[in-house]
Amino acid sequence: MIENAAYFAFACFALAMLMNLWKIVTAPDIADRILALDTMFINAIALMVLYGLALGTEMFFEAAMIIAMLGFVSTVAYARFILRGNIIE
Amino acid sequence: MASLFEFLVAAFLVMAGIFGIVGSYGLIKLNDPMSRLHAPTKATTLGVGGVLLASLLHAAVFEEHVSIHELMITLFLFLTAPITANFIAKVHIHRQETRETMPPAGEDDHWATHDKPEDEERRSAGRPDAAQ
Repeated sequence: MIENAAYFAFACFALAMLMNLWKIVTAPDIADRILALDTMFINAIALMVLYGLALGTEMFFEAAMIIAMLGFVSTVAYARFILRGNIIE
Repeated sequence: MASLFEFLVAAFLVMAGIFGIVGSYGLIKLNDPMSRLHAPTKATTLGVGGVLLASLLHAAVFEEHVSIHELMITLFLFLTAPITANFIAKVHIHRQETRETMPPAGEDDHWATHDKPEDEERRSAGRPDAAQ
């Protein structure tokens, strides 16, 4: 039962990532592009944790943590650059 | 007893998948950029929360070690999602909207993010590094 549910979640998050990719390509404005990139980071975290659950290893949590931090910092830096033309003033 | 936890983990996983796909579908489906902001930042974060809860439960019940990593990731994501949403909303406001096209701000006459730093010269005059 867990196996089938994990496959379902894998399919859902993979499809979600493809939709984010489509949004990045066709976004009308830069704010949408930042939003789609941020969502892609979150979906990547979900996929990594799912993979760790499916394999039964703990190795992927550190990687997921690093991706979470990088995603937050890069999103804020990108938005800040668009807003002020500068990241650290 | 094990089958109950099995069912619980599977339910968390299915719910997480549905939340994740709804969040990303809302990103391409909704028309208004401000409502488009809501789908990924709320629903997708909840989806990741579901996956992390399932992983926590799975590790605690079936592999018999309690790991705190998932809780840390959940906490971090739930703390930072509103901040990124705020930044993206500000980018949208400053690129697409002017003071006139925004909806009324209640008792103030404009939204605070459109405040012009009018006293910036006065403020920077008092700073020691503003001499040049």
